[in-house]
Amino acid sequence: MSDTPATCGPAPGGPLASGSLPTGEPLVRVEDLRVEFPVRGGARNPDGSRPVVHAVDGVSFDLARGEVLALVGESGCGKTTIAKTMLRLIDPSGGRISYRGQDITRLRGKELRRLRARFQLVFQDPYESLDPRQTVYEIVSEPLIIHGRGKELAERTRLVFAALEGAGLHPAEEIAGRYPHHLSGGQRQRVAIAAAMVLEPELIVADEPVSMLDVSFRAEILSLMLDLRAQRQFTYLFITHDLSLAWVIADRIAVVYLGRIVEAGPADDVIQRPTHPYTRALVSVIPVPEPGAETDQIVLTGEAPSPSAIPPGCRFNPRCWLRRDMGDPAICATEDPQLLPTGPGRTVACHFPEGGTPR
Amino acid sequence: MALLEVRDLTIRYRTTAGEIRAVDAASLDVDAGEAVGLAGESGCGKTTLALAIPGLLPANAEVVSGSIRLDGRELIGLPESEMEKVRWREASVVFQGAMNALNPVRRVDEQIAEPIRIHEPGTSANEARARVAELLERVGIPAARGREYPHEFSGGMRQRVMIAMALACRPRLIIADEPVTALDVMVQAQILRLLKDLRAHLGLAMILISHDLSVIAETCDRAVVMYAGRTAESGDVRAIFRSPAHPYTQALIRAFPNVRRERTFVSGIPGYPPDLMSPLVGCPFVDRCTVGIERCRVETPALRRVGPAHEAACHLVGESAS
Amino acid sequence: MTAVTFGAGGRLGRVGASFRANWSLLWADRLGRAGLLLLAIVFFAALLGPILLPFDPTAVGHSAADLLQPPSATAWLGTDEMGRQVIWETIAGARTSLVVGLVATAISMVVGTFIGLTAGYSRGTMGEGLMRVTDFFLVIPTLPLTIVLAALLGQSLGIIILVIGLTSWPATARIVRSQVLSLRERQFIVRIQSLGATDLRTVGIHILPNVLPLVFANTVLVIAGSILAEATLAFLGLGDPANVSWGTMLHFAFQSGAAGRGAWWYIIPPGLGIVVTVLAFTLVGHSLDRILNPRLRNR
Repeated sequence: MSDTPATCGPAPGGPLASGSLPTGEPLVRVEDLRVEFPVRGGARNPDGSRPVVHAVDGVSFDLARGEVLALVGESGCGKTTIAKTMLRLIDPSGGRISYRGQDITRLRGKELRRLRARFQLVFQDPYESLDPRQTVYEIVSEPLIIHGRGKELAERTRLVFAALEGAGLHPAEEIAGRYPHHLSGGQRQRVAIAAAMVLEPELIVADEPVSMLDVSFRAEILSLMLDLRAQRQFTYLFITHDLSLAWVIADRIAVVYLGRIVEAGPADDVIQRPTHPYTRALVSVIPVPEPGAETDQIVLTGEAPSPSAIPPGCRFNPRCWLRRDMGDPAICATEDPQLLPTGPGRTVACHFPEGGTPR
Repeated sequence: MALLEVRDLTIRYRTTAGEIRAVDAASLDVDAGEAVGLAGESGCGKTTLALAIPGLLPANAEVVSGSIRLDGRELIGLPESEMEKVRWREASVVFQGAMNALNPVRRVDEQIAEPIRIHEPGTSANEARARVAELLERVGIPAARGREYPHEFSGGMRQRVMIAMALACRPRLIIADEPVTALDVMVQAQILRLLKDLRAHLGLAMILISHDLSVIAETCDRAVVMYAGRTAESGDVRAIFRSPAHPYTQALIRAFPNVRRERTFVSGIPGYPPDLMSPLVGCPFVDRCTVGIERCRVETPALRRVGPAHEAACHLVGESAS
Repeated sequence: MTAVTFGAGGRLGRVGASFRANWSLLWADRLGRAGLLLLAIVFFAALLGPILLPFDPTAVGHSAADLLQPPSATAWLGTDEMGRQVIWETIAGARTSLVVGLVATAISMVVGTFIGLTAGYSRGTMGEGLMRVTDFFLVIPTLPLTIVLAALLGQSLGIIILVIGLTSWPATARIVRSQVLSLRERQFIVRIQSLGATDLRTVGIHILPNVLPLVFANTVLVIAGSILAEATLAFLGLGDPANVSWGTMLHFAFQSGAAGRGAWWYIIPPGLGIVVTVLAFTLVGHSLDRILNPRLRNR
């Protein structure tokens, strides 16, 4: 479902080897994913039932081999839960996850562990994602030990050094002996990437990988990730609340609101020509380093409701400026819009995707 | 005369490992009602500089030289009793991450009333209550919600509470340290809009500290870009962003994506900031600069005029400042 | 060369290095140093006393005139109600008190850490269940338990050690558990789990080393408590009659009316011994706690 690849950054490089994937078959397919958490303690509903947090409320998307898909949304929208569930760190309450055509929704035990070698996670906080008591060597070699690769010390060391070099840490031998607290934030993030790379995964999920780094260090980490994608055919699921970042690095963007994807499409297209009123509002308030460049901002009032009390009908309708502009059409409060195609590679979940002009 | 004039301020931190040059001969002017952005990355000295104004530096910080004049009155060297009258009444602060520093066991209205009780002790309880209600409404929170506790508020609302607290004693200047950094983009827009409205209504001057140049571009009239404790560039915000003179500013602007323009990959700055414990030789940016010359290694550049309201500390630009 | 540095040998080397680093930090802290010096004195006396000064703590006096004598040239700390030299008893008592304190603490630490780890890491009923077990042991009163066991099995050092161990592990378990609970949610643990690490690996390699410094500092404080507990039980008459300890000395001192007769040399040495030893461990423990607190080093 990818459109023409990104026009910026390092090119994806060559025809992406699809391995044993038949052309067109996505690497990961998520269908109607649902994740619910019961709320413990606290008040019950009027009918006596326990309130349920619908963290993920029916999400479907494909992830093609070699693509960078960004899940964007505000905090609490469910984007991190989607990613964790896809990696089976959380058990889904409903729906289906397929990896290379195989259903992995209910996979357990040894099979699941073997799958873990294919999926890797890079976390947000470079200070927190590394065990402070382990050296860089131990951190990067641990995935190998867990999955039984590189049984000999010499072989393992070779793989570790290769991963460190691949993540831009030179000289590998010297850095391998250090502890995380001796490294800068950017270097630690590279260590995290090296630890993710060492098993030659297919999919890397990066949760805000640069948001805690100083701005001048972000580009090098992002370039590294894209270079690795080009050289090793990694696929990335990039989670961020920073729309401009997603715009720069992703091939496709999916906008998440209250546990549902409300809009998806090629990154540049979604940002330059957003159709869902939520996306349009978000894009209109993105700050840019250009004084006076602000277009009319659509500033929504209040904040998103709790995922335990999702509004009926379209979940965005209580805050939707378009609905107000259109005189409160009844359908918005009664019918939940489906995520439907509106153009090549574009989908939107809105009853009036083309309607209205911003205030 | 500007409301606030900071001149050649130099501040050092004394630590067991040595002395850190946190701020090095930095200057800053803020006119009444004006918003000045203090921009830079971690460790550049922007927070230290700003917190020196209300005298809120930690015990191991030492103001080595320079002057801070608020309304013509020198603040450095003021005894604590006098400083207390300045703090909150003339200049108040919204701290970084302050929304998480609200006392969880006290009601919100009591916490907003606290600066009034401390700094304006003659105020009657009724009057304080009335002012708190007015402040809450002014920051967009229904006054009735004042009776609630901080955990019942969302992050954005707590930040509004912090702003209300900062306005409690009707200061002329607000120092906001990364006020929107931890917030989502929509809440960020709400808070920035709030600050803009407040400034217009109350004639407030503001120093906005942020590592996010885009936020500064959007909200400030003037900006000061700091690097390694020194001022790299300062001036009218339009001038700085349209024609940045200092190589650091140029590189920093390129590190921020601009969705209103053509999509280009962000760029970074190779290398690391200098060690603030070693003495400064030459330009602090020289190791990372792409256009440095020999002179940059030996002579620390002074601020030079680049345009009508625009200065930069670089040997390669403009004429010497008069 | 590289292989050695990065294999198990390297890891041991690094453990040694961090141990030395902490040691010098402890020495640098004034209170820690004071505690260490006091400990050195106590251990020196306990270990080397009998060797340097051959003596028999049970050698009784030969005549009535030898009983309860104040300190003199022949009896540096005087004699007790049986004519035994108080100084030899004090030194012998040091050994007993230390042995009981250390062994009981070892039991407490091992059991407490193990249960604390399991309770903190397991979710659901296992974790809850273990906490209820911990609570049960937490509220067992030491004194009645000792009396019952002593009545059943006779009075001995073993009983004392057992009782102290059984009643002090819950405190360690609770501390360990709360530390594990907070560690469990940290990003590096979540990451290692997402890699497919087994629970055993996660707990053994990642959680335990991050918990051990806290345990270690806590242990030193538990030693102090155990010594005090032993002294208390012995003072109340539940001690091992065959082994002299400071607590038994105090017990016999009071029982024989030494206090009423003004025989201060019989009461002060054991009392001082207890105070100094407990103080020493406490100082070291608090100092270690400050040093080993996980907040440092990471930033």
